[in-house]
Parts: sequence; C-alpha cells; structure tokens
Amino acid sequence: MNERTALQNAKRKTVSYAKWGYIFILPFFVVYLCFTLIPQFLTIYNSFFENYRDGLTQIGPNFVGLENYKALFTADSAGTVRILKYLANTMIMWFVGALPQFVIAMLLAIFFTSYRLNIKGQGFFKTVIYMPNLIMAAAFSMLFFTLFSRVGPIQMLLTKWGWIDASFDFFSHRVTVRGMIALMNFLMWFGNTTIVLMAGIMGIDQALFESATLDGANATQVFFRVTLPLLMPIFVYCLITALIGGIQMFDVPQVLTKGNGAPDELSRTLVMYLNGYLTTKNYGMAGAISVIIFIITGVLGGFVYRMLTAQYRDPGRQHRQRKGDVL
Amino acid sequence: MKKLDDNTLGRLKLNILRGIVYAILIFLCFLCLFFFYLMVINATRSNAQLATGFTLLPKEHFFDNLVNAWNDASINIPRGMLNSLIVALSTAVLTTYFSALTAYGIHAYDFKGKRLAFTFIMAVMMIPPQVSALGFVQVMNKLHLNNNYIPLIVPGIAAPVVFFYMKQYMESVLPLDLVDAARIDGSGEFHTFNTIVLPIMKPAIAVQMIFSFVSSWNNYFIPALLLDKAELKTVPIMIAQLRSADYSKFDMGKVYMFILLAILPVLITYILLSKSIIKGVTAGSVKG
Repeated sequence: MNERTALQNAKRKTVSYAKWGYIFILPFFVVYLCFTLIPQFLTIYNSFFENYRDGLTQIGPNFVGLENYKALFTADSAGTVRILKYLANTMIMWFVGALPQFVIAMLLAIFFTSYRLNIKGQGFFKTVIYMPNLIMAAAFSMLFFTLFSRVGPIQMLLTKWGWIDASFDFFSHRVTVRGMIALMNFLMWFGNTTIVLMAGIMGIDQALFESATLDGANATQVFFRVTLPLLMPIFVYCLITALIGGIQMFDVPQVLTKGNGAPDELSRTLVMYLNGYLTTKNYGMAGAISVIIFIITGVLGGFVYRMLTAQYRDPGRQHRQRKGDVL
Repeated sequence: MKKLDDNTLGRLKLNILRGIVYAILIFLCFLCLFFFYLMVINATRSNAQLATGFTLLPKEHFFDNLVNAWNDASINIPRGMLNSLIVALSTAVLTTYFSALTAYGIHAYDFKGKRLAFTFIMAVMMIPPQVSALGFVQVMNKLHLNNNYIPLIVPGIAAPVVFFYMKQYMESVLPLDLVDAARIDGSGEFHTFNTIVLPIMKPAIAVQMIFSFVSSWNNYFIPALLLDKAELKTVPIMIAQLRSADYSKFDMGKVYMFILLAILPVLITYILLSKSIIKGVTAGSVKG
C-alpha cells in the first residue's frame, strides 16, 4: 500500500514537472519559427511569383506558377543552363579540394594513432593544421587575392624564378582560379577532418586490434579489415557534411573574384548565383534557387540525420534513458 | 643471427617510414602557415617596399601600417571590430545559454511531444541558413530590423548543432538524481538549471562559446544582406569592400594590416585556447 502511494506520488511528480519541459524548450521553438521556419515558407512561396525590378519599375509580385523554375532550367542565348553550370563549378571546386582533404586526413589520422610510429609533437601538428579552419574565409580569400595579384609577392617571385611570364594573371585562368579556391578549401578543412577521423579511430575498441594482431594480421590487413570498416560510419558522416558545406561555398569565391566568378563565371557557385539575385532584389528567381539548394541539402541532410539519431533509435538505450540512470 | 638482422631491418624500415611521416607533417604545417606568415611580414613593409616583391624578412613599418589602417577614412576598421565583437559576444552568450536550456528541457523532463521536438531539431540541423535567407531578409525589412543587430544575434537562440552537443554532454555528465536532490531541497526548476546544471556544463559551454563566437565573427553572407549603414558594418563586410575598392590606388601595407586585424581576435583566442578548441572539434559527430 505504502509502495503504491509512493509510486503514484512519483507519477504525479513527473506529470507536474512536464510544464517545465515546455517552458525550457519554448524559446528555441519561438525563435526558430520567427527567424527560420516562417522565412523558409516565405522563400518557397516567393519562388512561385514574378517579383523583380526592371530599372525603376517594380514588376510583380504576380503569381506565375512554376515559371521561375522553368526559367532556371532554360538555356540562355549562349546555350548554357546557368544553374547547372554553377552547380558543376561548385562541385568541381569542392571535389578538387575534398579529394586531398580526405586522403590526407585519413593518412594523418592513421599516423597520429599508430603506436608503432609513435609520432611526437602531435599537439603542435594538430594545432597548426586545424588553425586555418577558424580563420575568416573572407579574409583568407582576400589574403590570397593580394598575394597572387598581378603586383603581389607570389606573382613576382614566380616571375623572377622564370616559372611564369610577367604578364601571367592568376585570376584570368580557369585552372588557377579554381585551383586557388580548392586549395583554400583544402587548407581550411583537412585539419578538421583529421581530428574527427582520429577521434573515430580512437573510439574503436582496442581489443579488436589486439585479437586481429594475435590472429596473425599485419598492419595493412588490420587497417583494411578492422579499422576501415569500423570507421566507415564516421567517414561517410564527414563526407556528407563536407558535401553539404561544399554546396554552400560562397565567401571564398565571392571575395576572391569580387562576386563575378571570373573568368567567364567559371568559379561562380550556386550560392553566389542566389546572392546575386538577392542583392538585385529578384525575389522570384532567388526563391526558386533557394528551393533547389534546399532540396539538395535536404536529401543529403537526411543521411546525416539518420546517422546522428541511430543511437536514439536503439530501444535498449531508450529504456535506460527513460529510467534516468544515464551514468 | 638471422633474427637480429630481421630486427634491425624492421627498425630501419620503421625509421624511414617515420622520417617520411614527419616530412609530410612538416610540409603540411608549412602550407598552413606560409600564407599567414607572408601576411604578417607584408604588414610590416611599406607600400614602396612591397612593390619590390617577395621577402621572408620583416621590415620596420608595422606601426605605420597599423596607424594608417586604424585611421583609414573609407574603411573604419576599429568600428568594424567593435561591431563584430558586440555581435559575436552576444551571439555566443545567447547560443550557449539557450542551447543548454533547450537540451535540459528535453533531457530532464518527460512531456508529450518531447520525442517530436527532439526529432524536429535533429531534422533541421543540416539545413543551411542560405536557403531561408530570402524570406529572412523580407521579414527583417518589413519589421525595419535591417541595419539592426537583432537579426544577427537573436537567431542564435535556436542553434540545433549546439543543442545536440549540449544534449550529448548532458547525457554523459548530468545524473538526474542530482536534479531530484535539488528539488527535495526546495530548489525551483530555473534555479536548479542556473545554479546546478550550468556549472556542471561549464566545459561544454566554454567550447561552444568559442565556436559560436568564431562563426559569428566570420559570418559574411547574412550580415552583408542586412547591413548597409557604414557605422554598423561588421569586419567581413569591410574585407569584401576592400576587395571591391579600386585596388591599384591602395597602400598595400595597409591592406595586409586590414586582413591581419580581421583575423587577429580569433587567432589570439586560438593560440590561448587551442587545446580545448581541438577537443571540442569532434562535437556532434557520430559516435563509432
């Protein structure tokens, strides 16, 4: 009898505290609603309207259905579908930076966690390679521009060495502009990826390595048969988040090329395209581009969501959590 | 005898491998530092010295460039730094406090819709701010909040990534018995959160404060769409402005100094706190 009242009391207690849960999460949801969710719907809504300025006259907003989307995917007079061109630019520059980013991060993560190699000075190396990640992308890009400009020190040095002609301009060639952007992205992100992958390797149960070694596996076999498969989820997570970040590429190419994506708009990214319409107040087209980017990142984000919440879908864990014995 | 040979051979191989690894590491460090080293060196050279080309040695014009950059008529960098500081500090405080509060609300209480709330936050985590920027700018213009810091600071209250980090941290360090004990002692719920939970969360809050400060300080896309009054502009907008200005007329020593000033606060923070920052990098990633 006594026990039962205690239980009922406990139950009542839980119920009476519920309102605090709502109160505590309320600010988040109110702010999210006002500053993200409503704007998100407005953005989608805008994509169905013709709404821009033609000189001094304001056109629209008039409902046009899917016309903006149609316009987005229609080839211009030169025969290019601009959004696809910018998407390709974005993906090429992302890939050229991401390939060395992942290869080197993987190598460094293996080096740093290898007991046999026993690398000294890890703290220093990690501090240095992570540093560019925190640097303001706009400032980093401005720095590259100044260093590589026609009157910059790198141009002058390479001319003196006779590697390039004095008239060479880093900013008028597709390969060098895209290369610089990819190099900056690589420098900004490989340290971050290294640290995340390292944490992943160190999270693998040591006993697995030991038993593999006892069974006669050599270092290469241990890596390909034990480390790599167990690291896969984190590797894929890094790859997808990097891809989502790549889709958002903006600050670096925007500042480097003064927003024009020179040469021939070959370094213009999707978000630069969006930003162009936002600053000229063509809200219909800006809305349509936003929706396209939203769909791309939404699909990719879906994978990340599944990976991050996997631990919460495990029923055993849920049970323990509900009982509140977290430790 | 053969055994010994094998051993020395193995050791030799290992040492060669180690040499290669150190060489790769040193090369990567060089790559990471080289451009910033050039920036610092060039910030110590006058415009005339810069015109002579590449050098690795500092010159004596650091303070001239600093004074020139600081007092520049068109780019008010001290004002920009103050503006960025105000925005970034407020964002960091709001983001961490409210993310911890939201995480605590979901972690410590049972209520209807709790799982839905959690699922929602996790689902919207990867949506980039650019895709709602259009509606965001429209709403802010309508409310006359463009040229105002509210749209740059307040949205920090709803930061899914920081929330997720706080939630995970709470799961590992915050026993709910402690909360129960506080209740028995007559502590109110807000009081418990502020005086018991927050102090336990201190390491997580410190790390996330640094990260949100840095990302707010570096943020360019949204502020550039909202701020057009000169006295409100933040540092990244000024840097972009520097790029659009007529470049050939610029004192290049000053340009390097502007860039140096733009990244200096973050650089100093990093040098002082790199250990805890690197520890916090794995924030929110999948557990293996």
